[in-house]
Amino acid sequence: MTISPERLVYLDNAATSWPKPPEVAAAMADFMERTGANPGRSGHRLSIESARIVFETRQLVAQFFNAPDPQRVVFGLNVTEALNLALHGLLRPGEHVITSGMEHNSMMRPLRLLEEQGVEVTVVHCSQQGCLDPGEVEAAIQANTVLLAINHASNVTGTILPVGEVGRIARAHNLLLLTDEAQTAGAYPVDMQADHIDLLAFTGHKSLYGPMGTGGLIIGERVDIQRMRPLKQGGTGSRSERETQPEFAPDRYESGTPNAVGLAGLAASIRWLQTRGIEQIRSHEVALCQHLLEGLSALPGVTVYGPLDAEYQTAIASFTINHMLPSEVGLRLDDEFGILCRVGLHCAPSAHRTLGTFPDGTLRFGLGAFNTHDDVDMALHAIRQLAGEKTA
Amino acid sequence: MKEEYAVILAPSTSYAIQIERLLQKSGMLCKLIPVPRQLSSDCGVCVRIYRENARTVLDIIRGAGISIEGLHEI
Repeated sequence: MTISPERLVYLDNAATSWPKPPEVAAAMADFMERTGANPGRSGHRLSIESARIVFETRQLVAQFFNAPDPQRVVFGLNVTEALNLALHGLLRPGEHVITSGMEHNSMMRPLRLLEEQGVEVTVVHCSQQGCLDPGEVEAAIQANTVLLAINHASNVTGTILPVGEVGRIARAHNLLLLTDEAQTAGAYPVDMQADHIDLLAFTGHKSLYGPMGTGGLIIGERVDIQRMRPLKQGGTGSRSERETQPEFAPDRYESGTPNAVGLAGLAASIRWLQTRGIEQIRSHEVALCQHLLEGLSALPGVTVYGPLDAEYQTAIASFTINHMLPSEVGLRLDDEFGILCRVGLHCAPSAHRTLGTFPDGTLRFGLGAFNTHDDVDMALHAIRQLAGEKTA
Repeated sequence: MKEEYAVILAPSTSYAIQIERLLQKSGMLCKLIPVPRQLSSDCGVCVRIYRENARTVLDIIRGAGISIEGLHEI
């Protein structure tokens, strides 16, 4: 049996948003058909046009996160690459970094590798709702601490962490703050200056509604570019007479031909977000999420994790059904109801240990700007039916 | 009469485009061209301006806090 796309209920927006605004594919097709050239390499008109598109995207991203300098917006594949750049670029053996107990493996895996190489890592525990107490972060600071590195919202429960308060602590102790904005960029207001963020890692393909393969790291003015090593070296189209890497941003961190077609799409998606207004999207998602959380919590045999208040989280519902494996439920939701979600550990074993859902994990519904009240009702209907089989 | 130009060399294309946008906003005529070989072996572009506007252009760029690598008459 084939399910027509009309019948699918896509609830996996926390993994990647879908559908995208039509403007995104249009901008990418336009780039492929009319611009196409390598940005910042050759001096001809198409190359310059391509470089203009990349720069425009840099400016849009800087503006979107209230970052002071577009040249310090470094593009890369995704948040994972951005976090790797910041962590491997900055941390040296003997130095200390503090993170939270709600992190994704994109943070934990580079940190664990660095730990093997002599970097000291402290994981500050979070409550069972995934909440972080900034006081505990401050208490963990040592003489050799250089960096606080946390996500802005958990990819498992959506719990929003107190980034602004952690930022103030970082400033007070002259430390840098790195944030993983995978779940928040586009979905929740993020202000690099007001939140005192020194290194902001973002991805384009989730709540920014851009294509996969776009994202990056925004480097604040307190970060010493000379000290922060690039992840890779290579051609940049600048300082070509030298065989050493340029020492200025963004070139220092952007070797090789960039994903210009993806960035053309990202620019279109950010413009779409600006027109639509992220506050408007946020309130739409809060309303849907509250409906989902209340509906799931009311079902016998269903346990929902996280703050259970849409105002304090991104539009995610993470839950389990008694006596049913998340993987089994996920398959049946897809096969029998056309509902697409994510099951398991969501690349975040540390967060699941905090919640007490390790190793089976949870089911995760991730809502987005294009979901409707009907989508949520269909999901609730399906879970009621599946959970009912076990409690009947 | 032959038009007289100068070029502004920037650290990279990204900066050249930032300067181009800034000058366009300020109503100054400019054009991005490949860096003349005699000035640099770079493979990037530079910003060509009218020589007579050089002083104003430099003031605008400095005012925006953008660093450049030099201004050369061509």
